[in-house]
Amino acid sequence: MTASSDTILSVRGLRTEFKGDRGHVRVLDDVSFDVGRGKIVGLVGESGSGKSMTALSLMGLVPKPQGHVSASSILLDGTDISRLDAAGMRRIRGRDIAMVFQEPMTSLNPVRRVWEQVGEPLAIHKGLGRRAIRARVLEMFELVGIPEPKTRLDAYPHELSGGLRQRAMIAMGLICEPKLLIADEPTTALDVTTQAQILRLMRDLRDRVGTSIIMITHDLGIIAEMCDEVNVMYAGQMVEQADVFDLFERPSHPYTRGLLASIPRATEPRTARRMPSIPGMVPNLAKLPPGCRFSPRCGDVMPICQRAPDLVGIGSGHAARCWLHAPQDALPQEGTS
Amino acid sequence: MLMFALRRILVSIPVLIGITLILFIMLNVVPGDPVALMMKEHASAEVIARVRAQMHLDDPMITRYFSFLWNAVQGDLGNSIKLNRPVTDLILKAFPNTLMLAVCAALVSWIIGIPAGILSAVRRDSLLDRFFMGFSLLGVSMPIFWSALLLQYVFAMKLKLLPVSGFYGWKYMILPAIVLGWSSAGVIARLTRSSLLEVMRHDYIRTARAKGLRETGVISRHALKNALIPVVTIMAIQVASLLSGAVITEAIFSIPGVGRITVNAISSRDMPLLQGAVLFATALVILGNLVADILYAVLDPRIREQMKKAS
Amino acid sequence: MTHSPDIAAPAPEAIEEASFLRDTLRAFRKNRMAMVGLVFVTVLVLAAAFAPWISPHDPYRVALDEQLLPSSTTYWLGTDNFGRDVLTRILYGARVSLVVGIVPSLISLSIGTVLGILSGYLGGKTDFAIMRLADMMIAFPSLLLAMVVMYTLGANLLNIFLALALVGWASVARVVRSQTLALREKEFIEAARANGTKRGVIMFRHIFPNVIPTLIVLFSLSIPEAIMWESSLSFLGVGVQPPGASWGLLVAKGKEYMFQAPAVAIAPGIAILLTVLAFNFIGDGLRDALDPSMKD
Repeated sequence: MTASSDTILSVRGLRTEFKGDRGHVRVLDDVSFDVGRGKIVGLVGESGSGKSMTALSLMGLVPKPQGHVSASSILLDGTDISRLDAAGMRRIRGRDIAMVFQEPMTSLNPVRRVWEQVGEPLAIHKGLGRRAIRARVLEMFELVGIPEPKTRLDAYPHELSGGLRQRAMIAMGLICEPKLLIADEPTTALDVTTQAQILRLMRDLRDRVGTSIIMITHDLGIIAEMCDEVNVMYAGQMVEQADVFDLFERPSHPYTRGLLASIPRATEPRTARRMPSIPGMVPNLAKLPPGCRFSPRCGDVMPICQRAPDLVGIGSGHAARCWLHAPQDALPQEGTS
Repeated sequence: MLMFALRRILVSIPVLIGITLILFIMLNVVPGDPVALMMKEHASAEVIARVRAQMHLDDPMITRYFSFLWNAVQGDLGNSIKLNRPVTDLILKAFPNTLMLAVCAALVSWIIGIPAGILSAVRRDSLLDRFFMGFSLLGVSMPIFWSALLLQYVFAMKLKLLPVSGFYGWKYMILPAIVLGWSSAGVIARLTRSSLLEVMRHDYIRTARAKGLRETGVISRHALKNALIPVVTIMAIQVASLLSGAVITEAIFSIPGVGRITVNAISSRDMPLLQGAVLFATALVILGNLVADILYAVLDPRIREQMKKAS
Repeated sequence: MTHSPDIAAPAPEAIEEASFLRDTLRAFRKNRMAMVGLVFVTVLVLAAAFAPWISPHDPYRVALDEQLLPSSTTYWLGTDNFGRDVLTRILYGARVSLVVGIVPSLISLSIGTVLGILSGYLGGKTDFAIMRLADMMIAFPSLLLAMVVMYTLGANLLNIFLALALVGWASVARVVRSQTLALREKEFIEAARANGTKRGVIMFRHIFPNVIPTLIVLFSLSIPEAIMWESSLSFLGVGVQPPGASWGLLVAKGKEYMFQAPAVAIAPGIAILLTVLAFNFIGDGLRDALDPSMKD
């Protein structure tokens, strides 16, 4: 995928390491992907796959000095933000790239009023005064569909429900009209009804305002409903990338196939068969298996999987990190394999 | 809010009364004749009998308790046997001195303790952190009478910078306030540090950073208010330990306050005076706890919510 | 309470034999200050126990021709106003201070635990009564309360135990009560109840063992408190009486000779300071080892 003016974010070679007692652990290894302007791009994987870490790395929120982020390039609307120093990152954080977190219950400061917190990015980046901020926050509240917005301005977080708090968080993320919004499991902590409302809101925003969104989730249902493109992560690596329809119709990586197979379907005939799941466990990032990280759990494992596969395109914007789909000339000649 | 305050006050009253009861019982079951013990020197039987009658010491305990309570509510805490003056007068004369000492000590502890705690938390595990925490630990582990003697020796006797004892001007307050405030400062510094570190782990701090706020802004605008809530409430509760410490500090520096009255009352076995002084001190502590509860509600809107629901 | 996820800390090694005791001991051993404290306390206890044998001089012998001598090879810390060796007096004082630190703590811990568990588990009127009583005890400034008790009962060692125990039980009870309240809601208690287990058995067999780690921490932290209070009481003259040698008393007596021989008053104070520090280190170390989440 090549960068163009239709791409709002282009990440190449993102690598994040942590210094521990026993040496360095690479939590993100050579992660690359694009986000198209006005698109919702999904980042899916299990806990520990590195999806949240990707978001934090992009935002510059990885704690230093234990953590270290590097990349060949991270182009946000043309500017390479990987070269920015701390002050530079601070300037764009909240203004050009914003994040909505998973836990609305605890992500807001309990002792300050909601309008102050939602409007804070305006104070930081645009230097607006109290009155102007209040007015803007009111507009945003209306935009994100908070009922009776005027009365909610002066509320404290604990006075709002989970759904309202998450809407407020989204308002907070959008208030400076960022180029990119990263939503890290925004609905996981909410009940099903509220979840649907929030997702609808986000699609709405994409349609009306043209916000580009990275949607991080472990829920394939949300991916199917929301995303235009999908990136699948496993053990700190990108293992499959595709257009959403392509991913569901032609999953290429065994991990993706395993994920899709393990979704319980209401329409399947009720058999005595147990619920399928992917055998084994997510690997310990400090003690990775040689070669393909998924090989210990893969049903289609081959001897060549001892060598780490690259992420290669398999046609029409679809890429996978798997020897099953590698071009023939990349495979070593070893008789019958 | 007013309802909350009133309710808390109402709840405190039985506690206060309960304490007067416990105190009264403890002080009046002393074996032996308090008057005779006190007046060992001129122990003529008629004098003793007269004083006993004056003090109604032969009435049944319950009557004596209730008449004591009744009088106390009106401000009459009896007469000091030794000094033959109303206890209330003696206490009221001594209290301002103790108050001054306590306030100065409290100021010392806040002015030193809170910034030290904040700096220690922000520069965690640095030399500064270790220094401050070491200083605090020292303050908490040194018996007050010892640090008082030490400072007195170094600054007053050897260096002759400050007066040794007495109470004739503001200079006389410096050493006592430092001595008393040091241990308090230690407690506050440690609490501020751990509270701030705890608060910094919360999710809303991450949110603040995600907005592009500078680290100093994150701390001053989001972390501090939350972190200082437990510290502020502790400060009000420190009243109890300040009073205990004042007893010793006043003894060493010869400050005519409530603490010294207490010590004298014990050595001269002056029961009414002791009773009045301890009662007074305890009432202050209860007041301090009350203020702490109210402050807590003022600072944390979540508590206010709970209170609204409760009433 | 949710915190930011533990961002990819290097995953643990192969799961070793997770013995609670072993983990605790290991964590404790790692804490240098706690180990230093432990060594100090051990040495102190041994020194106090063997004081009669290891003291260089007789603590009771009066030698008026050797008053207030400065430190020398014969008298490491000098002599007091009666010609007695200061170091010997401190060693003998250690016996008093240690006993006065440990015994009242045990008593207040016992009372506080029983009342705390009863209060927390039974709730209702029992809880109310006990907690009101505890509130009243805590409202008293500790030193004043102890002083009043000593006034009432007279100043001897046994009464000091009682006074300090009285001062200390209430905060123990509060802590134990809140732990009990938390434990009461756990499933294994519900299971025991569903089995028809009697309340007393539940409290003793199920709740109490889970409170023990907290008790250990409380114990090691209340010893230095007791030592401080006792030394204050003795300093003021309402604690240990002469010729007994509590450190607080030594400081009080030495106060009058600060100018001529400061060591007489300063040295016992240092002893108090070091002992209190040592126990505090141990207590902090235990608390961090038993519940690392409480560490900052």
